[in-house]
Amino acid sequence: MPKLVIDGTEIEVEDGITLIQACEEAGVEIPRFCYHERLSIAGNCRMCLVEVVGAPKPVASCAMGVNDLRPGRDGEPPEIRTNSETVKKAREGVMEFLLINHPLDCPICDQGGECDLQDQAMAYGVDGSRFVENKRAVEDKNIGPLIKTIMTRCIHCTRCVRFMTEIAGVEELGMTGRGEDVEITTYLEQGMMSEMSGNVIDLCPVGALTSKPYAFAARPWELRKTESIDVMDAVGSNIRVDTRGREVMRILPRNNDDVNEEWISDKTRFVWDGLRTQRLDRPYVRIRGKLKPATWNDAFAAIARKVKGKKGAKLAAIAGDLAGAEDMYALKDLMTRLGCANIDCRQDGALIDPAMGRASYLFNSGLAGVEEADAILLVGCDPRREASVLNARLRRRWRAGTLKVGLIGPEADLTYQHEYIGAGPQTLSSLASGKHAFFKTLKAAKHPMIIVGSGVLARGDGAAILAQAAKLADAAGVVKRGWNGFNVLHHAASRVAGLDIGFLPGKSGLDTAGILKAAKAGKLDALFLLGADEIDMGSLGKTFVVYIGTHGDAGAHRADVILPAAAYTEKSSIYVNTEGRPQMTDRAVFPPGDAREDWAILRALSAELGVPLEYDSLAELRSAMFDDHRHLALIDEIQDGDDLDLKKLGAGSARLGKQPFTRTITDYYLTNPIARASAIMAEVSAMKTGLGKTGTDG
Amino acid sequence: MLKDEDRIFRNLYGFEDWSLKGAKKRGAWSGTKKFLQKGRDWIIDEVKASGLRGRGGAGFPTGLKWSFMPKESDGRPHYLVVNADESEPGTCKDREIMRHDPHLLIEGCLIASFAMGANTAYIYIRGEFIRERERLQAAIDEAYDAKLIGKNNVHGYDFDLYVHHGAGAYICGEETALLESLEGKKGQPRLKPPFPANAGLYGAPTTVNNVESIAVAPDILRRGASWFSGLGRPNNTGTKLFCISGHVNRPCNVEEEMGITLKELLERHAGGVRGGWENLLAVIPGGSSVRCLPRDSCNSLNMDFDSLAALKSGLGTAAVIVMDKSTDIIRAIARLSYFYKHESCGQCTPCREGTGWMYRVLDRMARGEAEKREIDMLLEVTYQVEGHTICALGDAAAWPVQGLITHFRDVIEERIDQYSANPKPEGSVREPAAAE
Repeated sequence: MPKLVIDGTEIEVEDGITLIQACEEAGVEIPRFCYHERLSIAGNCRMCLVEVVGAPKPVASCAMGVNDLRPGRDGEPPEIRTNSETVKKAREGVMEFLLINHPLDCPICDQGGECDLQDQAMAYGVDGSRFVENKRAVEDKNIGPLIKTIMTRCIHCTRCVRFMTEIAGVEELGMTGRGEDVEITTYLEQGMMSEMSGNVIDLCPVGALTSKPYAFAARPWELRKTESIDVMDAVGSNIRVDTRGREVMRILPRNNDDVNEEWISDKTRFVWDGLRTQRLDRPYVRIRGKLKPATWNDAFAAIARKVKGKKGAKLAAIAGDLAGAEDMYALKDLMTRLGCANIDCRQDGALIDPAMGRASYLFNSGLAGVEEADAILLVGCDPRREASVLNARLRRRWRAGTLKVGLIGPEADLTYQHEYIGAGPQTLSSLASGKHAFFKTLKAAKHPMIIVGSGVLARGDGAAILAQAAKLADAAGVVKRGWNGFNVLHHAASRVAGLDIGFLPGKSGLDTAGILKAAKAGKLDALFLLGADEIDMGSLGKTFVVYIGTHGDAGAHRADVILPAAAYTEKSSIYVNTEGRPQMTDRAVFPPGDAREDWAILRALSAELGVPLEYDSLAELRSAMFDDHRHLALIDEIQDGDDLDLKKLGAGSARLGKQPFTRTITDYYLTNPIARASAIMAEVSAMKTGLGKTGTDG
Repeated sequence: MLKDEDRIFRNLYGFEDWSLKGAKKRGAWSGTKKFLQKGRDWIIDEVKASGLRGRGGAGFPTGLKWSFMPKESDGRPHYLVVNADESEPGTCKDREIMRHDPHLLIEGCLIASFAMGANTAYIYIRGEFIRERERLQAAIDEAYDAKLIGKNNVHGYDFDLYVHHGAGAYICGEETALLESLEGKKGQPRLKPPFPANAGLYGAPTTVNNVESIAVAPDILRRGASWFSGLGRPNNTGTKLFCISGHVNRPCNVEEEMGITLKELLERHAGGVRGGWENLLAVIPGGSSVRCLPRDSCNSLNMDFDSLAALKSGLGTAAVIVMDKSTDIIRAIARLSYFYKHESCGQCTPCREGTGWMYRVLDRMARGEAEKREIDMLLEVTYQVEGHTICALGDAAAWPVQGLITHFRDVIEERIDQYSANPKPEGSVREPAAAE
């Protein structure tokens, strides 16, 4: 381990790190623009220059490895100065150069208040300008509906270029021209085709790339910041919800190295306008075929008329993709009290049986486990659309080399090279019997992974597919000591919590398919939809439908009674992500109008129905839930899964179908009621579907 | 003065046959096999002993550079890359080598590659050099046909030589930008370390040498290191191609001994300064990138690396740009400044922003439209650029301006005074230093 003297203090640092990291370890802050921990090193802003004693010139600390420094003549450790006159001069010089062509339009710049250039100019710059020539002006670029560009502000740090190339894997941004005429552009001025493009807004150290929907909307210092969890997919990205008054103004990522690092997908970032529109802000009751606004009491009374005293077997409940654990727990509790076993949290009909153990439906390797993998088989899943942030991790692992990826299912542009193995179940079974060449790759791998998309489990033969995958995992040794490479990738945020708390058909209860069949046949008296919008509303027949949810989407249109509930930014709720990690959202704003938190609605309704739930506060509800499901109390910790019995899981006798796998997500931007209510999502969706391939296909 | 028999480039002016036949007559390709048989270490030691310093401008000892290459390959191939992207204003020596004596270069490539364990060499030739590329390629084809290079050649060392044609960017003459360009990327300099000898072309150990450095290597081996080191002055040995341009009576290229005095060089080979030595205003001794020198410093000036460095100028590429008293020195330097602004790659901040700033201030100064305090400000800006950039282009852009201010501050002040006395004389037309 090399020793260094930084500003007079001797420290020992790890091998292979850079000077800027060493300085950070020594507690010395080095200003920087182009350097970013998660991107490659460009060394072009020159802001991080430090003095290495003995070197003829100041050295860019971001690009100099500690191992490249030579010890002194008598073996004394290399000495670095970060506060000498040379360094001060160098920083002032660079700062001046950056500012001469930068418009001083901070008062009208959206980055104002959170701008690296502004902050560092205060800390390391000088007070005046000596530049009297004309400033450079650069034409703004149109790069789609999400990112606003004011390219005159660009300081050419190339963070955005490196992010798009390295992390997002869509080489759409680049630097053209040379000298002072260089420009960052998409070449053809087309919208960026990445699901991760919004991250360049955070990366941009100045106001060149800002959020288009958020333009001129708020100043950072007037926003209240609430740490929360995203529910657009099952990754559970850590987010920060910025609000002003009663409105969500924007959503930003929070750092969590185990989950989303510091990236979020565009859907997560830009869905916030969907939280304002199409909202259900008061109860409705259907009177003579028309939904009419009603009071809570009227709505409860209407439900009580249909439900009270009815047989439990003629009731049913389905939970949607955005429901929190508490909400499902309360609904399950209520249905149980009503004597009903027809409940299901798998609105897509995924045939996952928790009886096989928790490990049979989790992403057991953990999202960070991808870093260790050396061979990955994707079964009917497209991580780019189903879990964009995970896909970025896969891509990084692939870039690091030696990762082999195989894909069974519809061919997709995953942003990394992969071997296309086949289209459907037949390929999977031939792989499981060891006939395919990729089997050897899996078998030989030290840390092999199989990722089964939750979409394929929603097929009629879903159970058989899971069994085949388990058989393959067993044969290829995917689960071994200290490594569990058998993974299910969910795309519904509520799914794992629902399975964990057993929001599933009870004894002789009906599952989603059964409920729909019974409803169509008129065998149900009432159906509760907890934000479930992705089921076929046309097959509900004349069933009395109670919709508890947030948006005027499919469910609300079909409903006979609508109970307005709270969206994920409006309640504190536990979500368990695809790897089984419970995380808690926090209330950033209150639900609109008369809308209430879901659990409170269910508590009030239970009293009306004569079967009152035994908790009067969220805390009481949680303590009851934690008593039943202890692992949910361990926020941000993954409970060690039970041993996965692949033999048992693979023993199923169900028959495999012949149909090839299809896409689970057809339109990435419109997967849930919030996204469908968002004008921004609609615009991006229209842009992307209107254009053809991304250019990185194949 | 260099004796005729001590010349290395006997066909510098193209009066004789450039082809293999002619080159062989002049001694090329003789004894090459013998040198290879003596082994890598012998070649490197010989080049080290000759005192040859890189002819591309920086003057780094060539033998030492070759010795940085790993002795044993770790599985990666080794490469020799010859920098023939001769774009320094005033410089035109490599071009003459490539079109009139290409076989010296080719032979040098084989020897240098062998000394570094490289089986492949690339010659990166400047985009504007069309005929030169054709001539060089023709010579390489001859060498292949004669089995002098290629697989199973007469020298018993498999060696392939490729010519890569650049696209005419000055920055691609910077060794790491050249490697980027050669790899098919945008020509932007890389961060160092790692140095090319560790990770160069395609991540493999690479040495980048100037054309002249490589082309003189065979003759050093043929005539002996002591012959080469016997010429010139200590630490500045051998012969050197000088490119004399500007206000002399007969601009020319000439091979001379290192350390020849400037006066002798100009008067013997270039017919002297136009209007006589007294009419000399200044000299840029080593291509546009070095600081200019006024006549006072030129009277007994030795043209070698160390003498010029002592005057804070440099030998550079030994492109001597002579300016007599008719020169508007401010406009001349402003024009150079425009060149650097135009050729800056735009990657790093000080050069991207500083070159444009320097040019614009100089452009005004050339017309006198400036304040005197701006002279010191400009000087400070040059120091803010110098030494703070990724590659040496920033330094190269700063030095000419520093030279101007150091030696001709009075001229600038006079111009400013003139202008402020009569800012807009009737009929005056604004004349920029360079067409933008």
